[in-house]
Amino acid sequence: MAHDTPEKIRSHAEHEYLKKKRSTEMRHQLTSFAIMIFLTLIAFTMVAAGFSAYLIVPIILLLAAVQVVLQLYHFMHLSNKGHGTVAFFMFSGMFVAFITVLALVTIVWW
Amino acid sequence: MSSLAQKKGFGAVIWDYLTTVDHKKIAILYLISGGFFFLVGGLEAMMIRIQLMKAGNDFLSAGLYNEIITMHGTTMIFLAAMPLLLAFMNAVMPLQIGARDVAFPFLNSLGFWLFFFGGIFLNLSWFMGGAPDAGWTNYASLALASEGHGIDFYSLGLTISGFGTLIAGINFLVTIINMRAPGMTYMRMPLFTWTTFVASALILLAFPPLTIGLFFMVFDRLFGANFFAVNMGGNTIIWEHLFWIFGHPEVYILILPAFGIFSEIFAIFSRKRLFGYTALVFATILIGFYGFMVWAHHMFTVGLGPTANAVFALATMIIAVPTGIKIFNWLLTIWGGSISFTVPMVYAVAFIPSFVAGGVTGVMQAMAPLDYQLHDSYFIVAHFHYVIVGGVVLGILAGTHLYWPKMFGTMLSEKLGMITFWFFFIGFHLTFFIQHFLGLMGMPRRVYTFGADQGWDLFNMISSVGALFMAIGVLVLLVNVVLTTVKNVRVGNDPWGDGRTLEWAIPSPPPFYNFAQTPLVRGLDTYWIEKMEGNKEGMVYAEPLGDVHMPNGSIIPLIMSFGMFVAAFGALYFLDDTKPWALAVLIIGLGITFGSMLVRSLKDDLGFHITKEELIEDAKRGGNTDGLK
Amino acid sequence: MDLNKRYTAQSWPDHPETATLEGKNKFVGFWLLLAAETVTFASLFATYLALKDRGPDGSEFTAAGLFELPLVFAMTMILLTSSLTSVYAMYHMKNHNFKAMQAWLGITVLLGLTFLGLEIYEFNHYVHLGFGYTTSAFSSAFFTLVGTHGAHVLFGLSWFIALMIRNSKRGLNMYNAPKFYLAALYWHFIDVVWVFIFTVVYLMGVIG
Repeated sequence: MAHDTPEKIRSHAEHEYLKKKRSTEMRHQLTSFAIMIFLTLIAFTMVAAGFSAYLIVPIILLLAAVQVVLQLYHFMHLSNKGHGTVAFFMFSGMFVAFITVLALVTIVWW
Repeated sequence: MSSLAQKKGFGAVIWDYLTTVDHKKIAILYLISGGFFFLVGGLEAMMIRIQLMKAGNDFLSAGLYNEIITMHGTTMIFLAAMPLLLAFMNAVMPLQIGARDVAFPFLNSLGFWLFFFGGIFLNLSWFMGGAPDAGWTNYASLALASEGHGIDFYSLGLTISGFGTLIAGINFLVTIINMRAPGMTYMRMPLFTWTTFVASALILLAFPPLTIGLFFMVFDRLFGANFFAVNMGGNTIIWEHLFWIFGHPEVYILILPAFGIFSEIFAIFSRKRLFGYTALVFATILIGFYGFMVWAHHMFTVGLGPTANAVFALATMIIAVPTGIKIFNWLLTIWGGSISFTVPMVYAVAFIPSFVAGGVTGVMQAMAPLDYQLHDSYFIVAHFHYVIVGGVVLGILAGTHLYWPKMFGTMLSEKLGMITFWFFFIGFHLTFFIQHFLGLMGMPRRVYTFGADQGWDLFNMISSVGALFMAIGVLVLLVNVVLTTVKNVRVGNDPWGDGRTLEWAIPSPPPFYNFAQTPLVRGLDTYWIEKMEGNKEGMVYAEPLGDVHMPNGSIIPLIMSFGMFVAAFGALYFLDDTKPWALAVLIIGLGITFGSMLVRSLKDDLGFHITKEELIEDAKRGGNTDGLK
Repeated sequence: MDLNKRYTAQSWPDHPETATLEGKNKFVGFWLLLAAETVTFASLFATYLALKDRGPDGSEFTAAGLFELPLVFAMTMILLTSSLTSVYAMYHMKNHNFKAMQAWLGITVLLGLTFLGLEIYEFNHYVHLGFGYTTSAFSSAFFTLVGTHGAHVLFGLSWFIALMIRNSKRGLNMYNAPKFYLAALYWHFIDVVWVFIFTVVYLMGVIG
């Protein structure tokens, strides 16, 4: 039943396999992290270099979006099995978030 | 010691309810406090109608009238309708999906107590210097100018009870996602469970903007911030947006569970499977989705520009489509059924024309140019009372009659129920139908009186008489409750005789562990399927009889909520020079809350087990012993 | 659930955070809370954008004149790194290596505290410039948005610290594994919010 503590002792081979799988995953995480740092650097450099605002704003917003995807899908494992329902709610949240921001930057009637 | 308790004294019962984490008892707490606030809001409504009974009446002063209309709206929406629906969700939804409890019993209790203390705090304003008086929408341009602390009671009280509602929403969502019995796929869930699910999702995403808006209001008024202060660069339209981004989904949070109750009723009392179950489910989801894209139709006259108005007008009209789908499905459920006109069924049948009337006036207002004419008139008042009273309140009354036996084990009197229905139904149409015309004749809403030369006397008088009818109906319902409780005639598992879903397969009221064995669900309308196949037990089981794990009761939710209650007083008087103790109160209150959170997280609370032997013994005694060690 | 049950790396489930029903419930419930938090922060961002640079007549404070990038850059790097260290902590949690997990969490907490310290320094700096909470609509919106994020950082830190102290003697079990996992999720979410703060508030603010 649901409240029982799961009891499964893995074989040595399976254990080794999982360990290896996790350390591969961890390497991927490191890669994601490197990408995030890189994207951040680009964003800050662009602003420091003083390009035109019309060029910078869309690009840094895009970079932020990519970073967020990396965080959600790699660091927070949103792509893993069993995350379907919560991903649906997360995206619904983002949808509401988007229209909220859209409304308050466009139709606040000054 | 046995975990099944014997007869208890009065004090023990009170303590039991204060510490309970059982969803059925929390449902009763919601029902009682929601019912209480419903009476308070009703009293305020009566005072409004007395004041408007005749031209130039001086029953209420203008200022007091403002306070009463504000508190009437706020109380009815936040403290009566929502908790009453949460009561049914708590009482029925876990039973419908075959769960032993909700996902987070502790949070369930916390949600209730937060709502309760928030509601009490808000209503204390009557005795502590005046209630809020800027309307239930509390528009910032009015609210910032309001003197005294009324508005602060509003924003702090609703913040607290809003947290409670958010917690309840998350709890129901997780319960439905994770705790359905084996075989209970999403497309086998009863409609009431579905509407609970979608309404909870709306709570999840709609309450944060309200909370943030209320925070801004608190910070503006009590801590000197400038979100809405125009002379400091602020913008009051931000409040309107945040309020309605919450406020429109809120309407669906209220109506969807009522739709769910009616769907159950139509199927039960027509003795037919719901017509177009799948369409009803998808219509529910669509309504939830569209609900987030129409809020600005409350703000057509603000001046958002033709593009915005056109987009929101169109989106608003589209919502009528899924709602229409539902109406037709209900009608086709009744059609050809073997109908019994019990009290719940009568409410359900009366609901259809009433709600459709409200829906039609809604589509009228969706046309932005026409809305410029109707805005702020009694036409609007008539419209939203047709959807809220004709939809939600009729749903709540129907649900009360339908689920009373499941919650309390006795049947409300059908005869008195009919009397309530007729008084309420006639009174409702008498009160609000005529207000459409008052609106078209130009009577603005939220005015405390009118002149004898304006020609609104007769219609207002009729409206007030209707309100009296509704009050009589509610009083008869109270008598009904008292008589039923005194007589205490116990009923069996399926008192209506035609129950279709799992909650009717277990004793009334259910044992505190709900299901001794988790049921196996073999299709939509589980219990009906088993009955039709001649299964005397009404259920097939997914597991052998074994020990059942139950959560422990706890007083911590109450203490935590009380801490917020105390802190709210501190925040309220923060800027008052005459009350230097305010900061201390604020800190003490938050200390109580965070302290009890810490205690909760540091102390391991693993619950307890009911053994198999106790379950067998309990089943022999009829299976509805009152639980708790 | 037996708290005293000892696990080895070999009997420790692959996904300890969702191995029990309680864990599953917490997991789903917490993600739902994050969805609600997304909307919460969206409301704050939206208000900030609507009120950016707005103040009483003659107000001298604008985002372009106020914000300085070096400090923000340092804060960003620190918080991003702390996100990675909490990933390391969860890596060791899954391998049932309690000591390593605690150590990485400790590093995460230190980084978080540094971030918080820098934020307090920054706020203090602005207040000394005369840009206080009540100065203008812009200042209220700015401090509320960034301050709410800061409050989340503080809460996340307290959560980590409470978990670390509480479980220092008992090690990992099925009861606390979901808690560690969720605290780490929360920490990532805080980082997600910060990505938008440094982009929308600071970078776009400096551009003007």
